[in-house]
Amino acid sequence: MFDLQGYGWMILDGARLTVLVGLASMVCAIVVGLVVALAKLFGTWFVRGAVEVYTTIVRGVPELVLLLLVYYGVPTLIQDLGAAMGLELKIAINPFLAGVGTITFIYGAFASEVFRASYLAVSKGQVEAARALGFNGFLVFRLVVLPQMLRYALPGLGNVWMVLIKATALISVIQLPELMRSADVAARTTRMPFTFFFVACLIYLAITLVSMWLQSRAEAWANRGVEGARL
Amino acid sequence: MNFDLIVENIPRFLSGLVVTLELTVASCVLGFALAVPLALMRLSPHRRWRWPATAYVLFVRGTPLLAQIFLIYYGSGQFVPALKAVGLWTFFREPWFCALLTLTLNTAAYTGEILRGAIAGVPKGEIEAARACGMPRRLRFRRIVLPRALGLAWPAYTNEIVYQLQATSLVSIITLMDITGVARVIASRDFAFYEAFLTAAAFYLVLVYGVLFVARRVERRLLAHLRPREAQPTQRGFGFGFGR
Repeated sequence: MFDLQGYGWMILDGARLTVLVGLASMVCAIVVGLVVALAKLFGTWFVRGAVEVYTTIVRGVPELVLLLLVYYGVPTLIQDLGAAMGLELKIAINPFLAGVGTITFIYGAFASEVFRASYLAVSKGQVEAARALGFNGFLVFRLVVLPQMLRYALPGLGNVWMVLIKATALISVIQLPELMRSADVAARTTRMPFTFFFVACLIYLAITLVSMWLQSRAEAWANRGVEGARL
Repeated sequence: MNFDLIVENIPRFLSGLVVTLELTVASCVLGFALAVPLALMRLSPHRRWRWPATAYVLFVRGTPLLAQIFLIYYGSGQFVPALKAVGLWTFFREPWFCALLTLTLNTAAYTGEILRGAIAGVPKGEIEAARACGMPRRLRFRRIVLPRALGLAWPAYTNEIVYQLQATSLVSIITLMDITGVARVIASRDFAFYEAFLTAAAFYLVLVYGVLFVARRVERRLLAHLRPREAQPTQRGFGFGFGR
């Protein structure tokens, strides 16, 4: 259908890197999200305040600006701080780490909202019953609350993943050869920008469709023990 | 931190602010105009209306905005002779036009989905009441369904405006001088990376929370009749109140 002039493999390599960045960021975002959600729910006023500032910033600043801030701003900031203390530092952040770091920073905040809501959705009686059986706080969380939370969190996490995988396109701005960047390089050298960006769009679309399918499977699996209203 | 540099460049940031606001407002207004028919198509009982709208929404929501911007701005370069022939090249050559076009098409899909949900969520009884009063279809839609749906959609729609405001930052990649574009130029020219991007971030923070503040105020007025009783001002002892 499309004549990719031998750049097909480069595009596929880019797509692989996109999925890799997406998965790495998603795993990190889930961990950050859980920790932040626990901080929101059980933290002291100081911790809750700090977490509040974090989510406020993430919700109010565009991803691109945060990405540029992390990739270009943080190394120079550290160098300047080092210079102020009389140290000569040379720091360059690897684009992969900057990308995963920024996306984790942003989507960790989104995931934390999902986890907080799903924690609140688990009924209190479950916790009380577990306490009555003599489980300690940690065991209650690990064995009773967490498995039920995941069921409530699944739709929200799926949503975070769909937005996150699209956000990885921004990393092309800091020269990481993921899907968008490979398409850009191929488009420039072959002078067929429409073809290559359209192919990139179709690959993103395919990733989204596969994710939607997996999500519905996962939700069906997570709800297997729950009686639903059959029509 | 070099504060003099930030203060010196405030006028540049303000001109960037104008570009950001222009793009946000124009794309939201145009996108909304497209979203209403799109939502109606999605809700149509006829397949031939429904599937093009569904495909469009899926494409826009399943691909990154950056890819869409590149597809329109750089992609149009592949069809220069054809575009010249129909006289559209003068538009597609301009990054401003391409940015506005992409942002409009993008927000139309998201807004269309919000409206679709809201229209589907209008209580059945209200529509039945309008029918019982003998309102014809069009009038019913204009007077009952749409205003009610707009009230229902408002909280989600204001979030969409905020996302759109942040999404305009991507136009800096195709050389437009919005807030982010200005920051990028200052950053690379003066090697003032964190000063420039922190200032840009501050601008966006103020904008986003300003919009949200106004939106919540409007929401309180718009949905005043849905608020719980005790939240309403107490009835005074004089005047022609409706209180019992």
